[in-house]
Amino acid sequence: MVKKIPIGPFHPILEEPEFFELHVDGEKVVKIDMTIGWSHRGIEILSEHKTWDQVPFLVERICGICSCSHPYAYVKAVEDLLQVEVPKRAQYLRAIVAELERLHSHLLWTGLAGHFIGYNTVFMWTWKYREPVLDILEATTGNRNHYAMMRIGGVRRDIPTGEYGNIRKMLDDLWEKNELLTGAIVDDPVIHARTKGVGILDKKHCRLYGALGPTARSGGYDVDARRDHPIDAYPELDFDVIVCQNGDVFDKAVVRQMENFESIKLIRQCLDKLEAMGPGTEEDLCLEIGEIPPGEGIGVYEAPRGEVLHYIRSNGKNMPMRHKVRAPSFNNILTNEHSVVGNTVADAGLITAAVDPCYSCTERVGRVDVDSGDRYMMSEGDLIRLSQEKTEQIRKELEGN
Amino acid sequence: MDAARYLVDYLIFPGFLFTAVVGLLTTWVDRKVTARIHWRVGPPWYQPFADTVKLLGKEVIVPAGARKTGFLLMPIVGLAAATLASTILWKANLDPGNSFIGDSIVVLYIMTIPAIAMILGASASGNPLAILGGAREMKLLFAYELPLVIAMLTTVYKAESFSFENILRMQADSGQFLGSFSGTLAFIVAIFCAQAKCSLLPFDIAEAETELAGGAHIEYSGAPYAVVRLNMAIMLFIVPVFIVTMFWGGFTFVGWKILTSILKYVAVIVIMVLIKNTNPRVRIDQAVRFFWGPMLVLSIIALILAVLGY
Repeated sequence: MVKKIPIGPFHPILEEPEFFELHVDGEKVVKIDMTIGWSHRGIEILSEHKTWDQVPFLVERICGICSCSHPYAYVKAVEDLLQVEVPKRAQYLRAIVAELERLHSHLLWTGLAGHFIGYNTVFMWTWKYREPVLDILEATTGNRNHYAMMRIGGVRRDIPTGEYGNIRKMLDDLWEKNELLTGAIVDDPVIHARTKGVGILDKKHCRLYGALGPTARSGGYDVDARRDHPIDAYPELDFDVIVCQNGDVFDKAVVRQMENFESIKLIRQCLDKLEAMGPGTEEDLCLEIGEIPPGEGIGVYEAPRGEVLHYIRSNGKNMPMRHKVRAPSFNNILTNEHSVVGNTVADAGLITAAVDPCYSCTERVGRVDVDSGDRYMMSEGDLIRLSQEKTEQIRKELEGN
Repeated sequence: MDAARYLVDYLIFPGFLFTAVVGLLTTWVDRKVTARIHWRVGPPWYQPFADTVKLLGKEVIVPAGARKTGFLLMPIVGLAAATLASTILWKANLDPGNSFIGDSIVVLYIMTIPAIAMILGASASGNPLAILGGAREMKLLFAYELPLVIAMLTTVYKAESFSFENILRMQADSGQFLGSFSGTLAFIVAIFCAQAKCSLLPFDIAEAETELAGGAHIEYSGAPYAVVRLNMAIMLFIVPVFIVTMFWGGFTFVGWKILTSILKYVAVIVIMVLIKNTNPRVRIDQAVRFFWGPMLVLSIIALILAVLGY
């Protein structure tokens, strides 16, 4: 007999509202329904009512965890429109903050994954080790979160020269702690039992669902926007893209843990370059940006969860005419349709969490009939028809005028 | 007169009041040790009492689809059974003369009732997650009872009796069973079974906060939930007491032995808390395989060794 088990919209495993309906036969999941759209915030339309320089503050609030990747992709989109190259010093500073963010995000996920399988010791220890990363962020940007570092044409502030030694020391500590954590995960037989062979997303399905980031890389689908669409300092920095083959929860954890080492390496390289440069001036931090001319631009950056894409279009005014955001979780969450089915209820929560979802980042509007509560699916054809009808309507209005 | 004495025994000492207070203190030890392992500060000693009092004052919500009687009665049935088990255990420990033939079987039997009450209460709540939690608890019950009973038989074989009196006397005369090879094996099996009996990690599968959002307990609120929590606290108290009685010479409250008695009890609790904090939750199929595989084999080996005299 098939029963329905709800995960969400509010559930201890979800940090944000999201609704998974599991159709279970005994403990086995035979089908999963996903409903998104519980906390739509209208970021894109808000962004279209803010000036170009205000938007980074808005987009970093799309996600509390990727609060550097979104502004990064946004400023890259505007810089793409302007066709400018930001100063070298700013490029390294951007890379440092972005990689610190990846570190804290991956550690955060490892802790949460531990919590989801009931291993609260891992949760608490990982978050203790994550704390120095936030301290470094505070030392470099002034904020533990929502760093407000990105600015069109550069960055907002420099790292005080006196902090370099401190940061290096914290990174060395973090390297050791990360080795300890990685060892604890890779060697624990009970973690093996819970995560190996669970929630497999193979290469074929990674491609089919367009999975991104660690979710794709754990299944052998080798994509990394930092390497594939190199921006700023990344082409001259040396790092490996970690790829595993099995695509199960264990590999997803391993990919993230190994990427932490790569991030630490990247930050060290950036610090070396900054130190070699000597103290910088205001001009080294940010370009003077005047009017934004009409045009369009695309910014792509590898957020901790995968490739984040920002598209902007300008009509020459002081606000974006159109701002489109595509967060990686939008692709990754849908992979649950494949990876959860066939596993048990006990694993379903872990698998949905293993893509490191960021539900609010991905929210889209759903169409619901208020009286009956019915939800509508709209096909591409429906949307085209609606769009054509509206064009027709506007044309008639214009003709009327 | 006897009736009044039994009532005092059952309700005050060593029954409900004593068990509840020590049980809640035990949960504090659990929470404090867990917190220290997590690098947290942990709650003050009176936190479990404050929690209980607070819960008693909260609104009781009975879900619309629930069977009201069963839903509200089952925590009390569980509590009554746990208290009874504690009373029998402590009376035997305080004065072995109070023991009766086969009381270890009675205690073992009564200790399963809280789990069964939990399953029934979960089913009565009508919540799909609770029912799933109840189903898991049932499977777990089948899984861990078998090795636990066989581990207990090791003791029974050595003591040549089912009564606590003889088990305790035998250990007082010829050394604790834990000291022998078979006793150690049986003790290890019993500790793991205790972990499942107290719904501690890695076997808190029926509650599984992050999978079933509390599972079997999900619909309980207010006073009934306080009873459920109290029930778990009492189980956390009496299961280690049962293990110490069966394998580690029981408790004596004369002179120096008071200290060793308390240390024995705390040692078992700390072992359980350490297991809890160094393992993730296993799946139900893995738990059943664990108890019917390695644990069953280990307990049978212990029994055979006991028969051979090791």
